[in-house]
Amino acid sequence: MNWGSPAEFFAMGGYGLYVWGSFGVCAVLMIVEPILASRRRSDILRSLRRESLADKLDSQ
Amino acid sequence: MNAVTAIIHRDLLLAMRRKSEVLTALFFFIIVVSLFPLGIGPETALLRTIAPGILWVAALLATMLGLARLFAPDHADGTLEQMVLAPAPLGLLVTGKIIAHWITTGLPLVLLAPVLGIQFDLDSGALGILVVALLLGTPLLSLIGAIGAALTLGVRGGGVLLSVLVLPLYVPALIFGAGAVEAHISGLGAGGHLSLLAALLALAVFFAPWATTAALRIALE
Amino acid sequence: MSNNKIIHWFKFASPQSFYPLAGKMIPWFWGLTAVFLIPGLWISFFVAPTDFQQGEGYRIIFIHVPAAWMSMFIYLVMATWAGLGLALNTRLSGMMAQALAPTGAIMAFLSLWTGALWGKPMWGAWWVWDARLTSALILFFLYIGFIALQAAIDDARRADKAGAILALVGVVNVPIIYFSVKWWNTLHQGASVSLTKAPTMATTMLWGMLLMALAFWMYSIAVALTRVRAIILEREAHTEWVKELDEVKA
Repeated sequence: MNWGSPAEFFAMGGYGLYVWGSFGVCAVLMIVEPILASRRRSDILRSLRRESLADKLDSQ
Repeated sequence: MNAVTAIIHRDLLLAMRRKSEVLTALFFFIIVVSLFPLGIGPETALLRTIAPGILWVAALLATMLGLARLFAPDHADGTLEQMVLAPAPLGLLVTGKIIAHWITTGLPLVLLAPVLGIQFDLDSGALGILVVALLLGTPLLSLIGAIGAALTLGVRGGGVLLSVLVLPLYVPALIFGAGAVEAHISGLGAGGHLSLLAALLALAVFFAPWATTAALRIALE
Repeated sequence: MSNNKIIHWFKFASPQSFYPLAGKMIPWFWGLTAVFLIPGLWISFFVAPTDFQQGEGYRIIFIHVPAAWMSMFIYLVMATWAGLGLALNTRLSGMMAQALAPTGAIMAFLSLWTGALWGKPMWGAWWVWDARLTSALILFFLYIGFIALQAAIDDARRADKAGAILALVGVVNVPIIYFSVKWWNTLHQGASVSLTKAPTMATTMLWGMLLMALAFWMYSIAVALTRVRAIILEREAHTEWVKELDEVKA
């Protein structure tokens, strides 16, 4: 174990800005990217569902 | 081979009828190069060191100007489709068009570059290397650029897109081309750079018309 | 009946059967991401010792190197899919290439971003014109070009093929660019900063990097599969099988 306290952990021996700047941006992108990708799918699904509903109403 | 010379002849004839396009690219080159000392300052020593880079970057941009019109007019009037159907292989015809593009945009740059080099106080040896490097490098730019021109044919926002696609691929030409002159100025000798540039040119002569042809066929599907 | 075997062979190359298959695989790849990421992060922060030269700042390596590896690897995979699409004329290949490109671009961006944040405390500069940094930047440009070209072409089939040619031209060029930038760099920088001579790496550091790289790999597959499912639906919107999907009928 390298760290005596949480404060020491977040300070990263004075490199906190750089280390957390890297890991933070990485984490943000890796959370946002899957959300955008699955939203792209739910968007197209929504419009497909609307179309199929319209078709159903037409045929009735 | 007759088909190639016929294509070159035709494209040169067309270029002669629309002189303004060729001249615009040439003046663009001159103006861009002349703007740099105004932005940087007139110190001769500094200008001498940055001259090769500036001349080369300006040459890259100037060749980009003509690229968008490499295939577009032929595409618009249906000539390109005739070429695909012609008995001569499309690859040869494409090579002819690339050679014509080089003669109208690359060659004038090569001839003009030493004059601009004098503005930057390059000595005669460096000017000679600059001409040789451009002579090897500008055909390379036309060859690589033709791939981009074929890919963006008839695509919306084609002109800007073309530069985004092609400029990163120009990096090796820029490095070896400008590097040759710099190496000569710093007394290292330009031989290595020039032979690598020639090797790249050989590679591009082999592959680029082929890739351009494939891209054209896709665009015309 | 003899036709069935051939159809079976191409089965997973068709968007119709790949769509549900990808749906089943995605949770597994997310699971694998977690399996590698958790011990990877644990080693990165708690097991790997403080570097005697770089202090704690070196811990950026645990995301920087995997991101750089993935940015190159994804480009190769993307070009392979694109080439397969050109050669075999399968629809799925182009969709896979298209799905991979944004992830690859993000990885290239991350490798540049973390590289800058690592460089600032270590060499005192956010950016040095080092061969690797410069070629990573150009790789990022190549991704942007690929994405821009595909976005500009409306016809999906043409976009796939044009993108494929660009990706293949890029693959030929990446080593040439890397070599030329390296040559250029040695000529200009001399022996100021050498990135290649990293201090000998402790085994724990290597393990941490390996686990993080695997986590990034699995993540990339999971995201690309999610995205390819969206692309399949977009492109096949008017086919019968999409209309028959449970999630569409519901």
